[in-house]
Amino acid sequence: MSIPQTTVAESAAGARAFRLRRFDATLPVWMGAALFVVVLMLLPLGAIFTTSAFTEKGLTLGNYVEVFTDPAYLKAIWNSVITSFWVGVIAVAVGALLGWLVTRTDLPFPRAVRALVMASFVTPPFLGAFAWTLLAGPNAGLLNNWYRAASGSETALFNIFTIEGLIFVMALYSFPYVFSMIANVSELISSDLEDAANILGASRWKIALTITLPLTAPALIGGFIVAFLHSLSLFGAPAILGLPAGIHTITTQIWAFFQYPPRLDLAAAFSVPLLLATVGLIAVQKKLLGRRGYSTVGGKGGQKRLLKLGYLRWPAFLLVAAILSLSVFLPYGILLKAALSKAWAMPLTLDNFTLGNFTFTFFQYGDTQAAILNTFKLGIATATAGTLLATLLAYITNRQLLRGARYLSFFVLAPLVIPGIVLAVGLFIAYSKPPLMLYGTIWILFVAYLTKEMPIGFSQTESTFKTIHPELEDATRIIGANRLRALKDVTVPLARSGLIAAWSFIFIGVIRELSASILLFTPSSKVVSVVIFDLKEEGQIGAIAVLGILLLAVSFLIILAVQWLAGREFFASSRG
Amino acid sequence: MKYLVAIALAALAALSATRSHAQDAAMIEAARKEGKVVWYTSLAIPSSTALAHYFMNKYKGIEVIVNRNGSQRVLQMVMQEAGASIKNVDVIHTSDAGHFVLLKGKGLLAQYSPKAAEVFPAGFKDPAGYFFGMRATLSSIAYNPRVINEKDAPKTWKDLLDPKWRGKEVTAHPGYSGIIMTHVLALVKQLGWEYFQELAKNKLHIVQSANDPAQVVASGERPLGVNGAEYFYYKTMKQGNPIKIVYPKEGVPLVVSPTAIAKDAPHPNAARLFTEFILSKENQQILADKEGLYTGHPEVTYPKDKPMLKDLKLWAVDAEELEKRNAELKKRFTEFFGA
Repeated sequence: MSIPQTTVAESAAGARAFRLRRFDATLPVWMGAALFVVVLMLLPLGAIFTTSAFTEKGLTLGNYVEVFTDPAYLKAIWNSVITSFWVGVIAVAVGALLGWLVTRTDLPFPRAVRALVMASFVTPPFLGAFAWTLLAGPNAGLLNNWYRAASGSETALFNIFTIEGLIFVMALYSFPYVFSMIANVSELISSDLEDAANILGASRWKIALTITLPLTAPALIGGFIVAFLHSLSLFGAPAILGLPAGIHTITTQIWAFFQYPPRLDLAAAFSVPLLLATVGLIAVQKKLLGRRGYSTVGGKGGQKRLLKLGYLRWPAFLLVAAILSLSVFLPYGILLKAALSKAWAMPLTLDNFTLGNFTFTFFQYGDTQAAILNTFKLGIATATAGTLLATLLAYITNRQLLRGARYLSFFVLAPLVIPGIVLAVGLFIAYSKPPLMLYGTIWILFVAYLTKEMPIGFSQTESTFKTIHPELEDATRIIGANRLRALKDVTVPLARSGLIAAWSFIFIGVIRELSASILLFTPSSKVVSVVIFDLKEEGQIGAIAVLGILLLAVSFLIILAVQWLAGREFFASSRG
Repeated sequence: MKYLVAIALAALAALSATRSHAQDAAMIEAARKEGKVVWYTSLAIPSSTALAHYFMNKYKGIEVIVNRNGSQRVLQMVMQEAGASIKNVDVIHTSDAGHFVLLKGKGLLAQYSPKAAEVFPAGFKDPAGYFFGMRATLSSIAYNPRVINEKDAPKTWKDLLDPKWRGKEVTAHPGYSGIIMTHVLALVKQLGWEYFQELAKNKLHIVQSANDPAQVVASGERPLGVNGAEYFYYKTMKQGNPIKIVYPKEGVPLVVSPTAIAKDAPHPNAARLFTEFILSKENQQILADKEGLYTGHPEVTYPKDKPMLKDLKLWAVDAEELEKRNAELKKRFTEFFGA
């Protein structure tokens, strides 16, 4: 890139002032980053639309007709919609209750509760689903066995391999999204309005119902939509809990379309409604949350006071503990037991104890070592590249460096509305033939993860940059640094803790990713989540438990490292 | 059953072959230079892992990369990679003989007639020399004796239709497992689709791999397996788990699982050496002793507590028919069982 040399004749002081206004030498960097992300998003989506609507004979709606008239496919769509609806409802009820109790009441141990909600959030839903098959399988499930032993009954208390079981497990791993939204909002609501109601004679509970609840209503509806979409996009949980009972969902059906002989055209046609549904719901959410009528929410209001729960304080805590034991303690416990026993359904006696699962998984089973290596390579590469790209993009939109920067954020955030498996369908079609031949290497997974995690990285860095005033950069640039240098030497060090958080959010997102990986891996590019899924299909319970524990341990180590390095609560800022 | 006759004949022949050692040494040397062999296999994880380690111990310096998945997934991978011109796989092994008819037809297999296979009976050899039966697997019934009394246990395939087993049975899936694909075809030919239609009324628990029912039965989650890899039931039982295997008198589906070398194998010499190894008497005997498998090798002996194949009525299916009816079998099974 040649730089126009027009400043030669000018005075030194004049040149410095001019440099701020003239053609920016770093422009190619910003343009490049922007273009890259736009292409990254458009290629897979374009591939889906063309594959679904074009055959060799030309434009056709045949694929759509086939997909939307076959009763088996319609049933899969219905299953997805009904489960996701109930997941949304339950997640809102549980997430809002916990969010409110933690932020607005004198619930005991609020920090521990937050930490455990975070643990539920970090747990990959497919791992939770797997653990629940061991806990609540109708005949051998631990909880059902306890129930039978205690009640003398012959039947099971709960069968996890049902629509209800699927809803239950997906809700357990969706409510943290609602929790974080509610917790963020209700941190910001001041007590002024509640005080006013109090002076007018309203009871505590009436205040909660008539003041606090309506104020949080947009967040509740937003939370419902997020939980609904999250559950709609899950693949592992429905595959593990639904398929054994003959229940297909949209995601498992898309995956089935890839089996030989593959029907990519149908997979693409099946992806489109999922895509449109999510776009529609996000639009609704934007409209609701963007409304102005709730100006009390936002900014730092007056004082916030904690509601005294009184005699309900400990019962409320017990309820919270029970919910968290369903999402954390029980699943983790059964994983540990399965990892350490020869036969998982037998009591963990000395006879049944073994470390064989660990030695088999790590040292004998050939897939594991390569998959662990791939997973961490991809985690580190994606988190690093993702944070870098997100930093550049957030900087562009935040400082309005390019014309149309506002629209750029639309592209960056687009993957929020693209379920992982749909993204994978698009990437598979786009990148499995020349000239873009990435399929067969871990690079296609890298592209998938980078695309999928971009919104999280972006919103993290974006919100961090908002808090840093451009004055400091301007000062740097007046003394001669270009924009990139100012970003590197001034803004990035100031944004350090936000960037570390972005890095680790992406890393954890990557190492637990299943729904895109399941379509994009090849035997030479397997990752841990795919290996777990393969092991699940063969019923290798011990090895799955070992790998699951590894994933969780690494995630928690990363979180601890972040809290130590960045000196902040990991779960303080909301996702997406 | 013609190959049983062949097994007997071949056993009588009792070969004592002394091979040209110079030729073997050349192959080993060439394989060592390649350094590894990539094996896509549907043999159960513990068994394929063990087999890879036997090979690596014998031929130090040649690594076996094992990629284990269900037969149908192995085929999916091979075809997806072929479609994208990715050359990764050396040796392909599934339990769906139809796959090898398909792969051969598409020109994706290399012709290689292993010396080790010379003693094998006809049913284990492709006459054109593209694929060879590495093992024989039965698909059997199994139950958990802690939950089901021996006298109540089913004896025949039709016994599984009894409504008293509702909610107690588990099946593996032909859309994943080649053993189950073969099983379904064998039973459809003998008993008709009505059998599966009737069976589906018992609300079966559906797992994917033919090896998974062993764990489901042993844990008691579903105490009765309506099909499954007999060798894996046997292995699980030998580890001290509560499992009893039933070999129905009417007939037992026999699954011959072929092995073949990929046309574009990146390590062709290692692939040949590995193929010779897995078909060798030494390895075939290990498969019988340690993994509970049957094989086509006429000189192999079997554990005392396993029935002899000649004492069972075996239902074999034709590879060509398996290939032709693959899609139909998957579709109808899915219609009856839901997924």
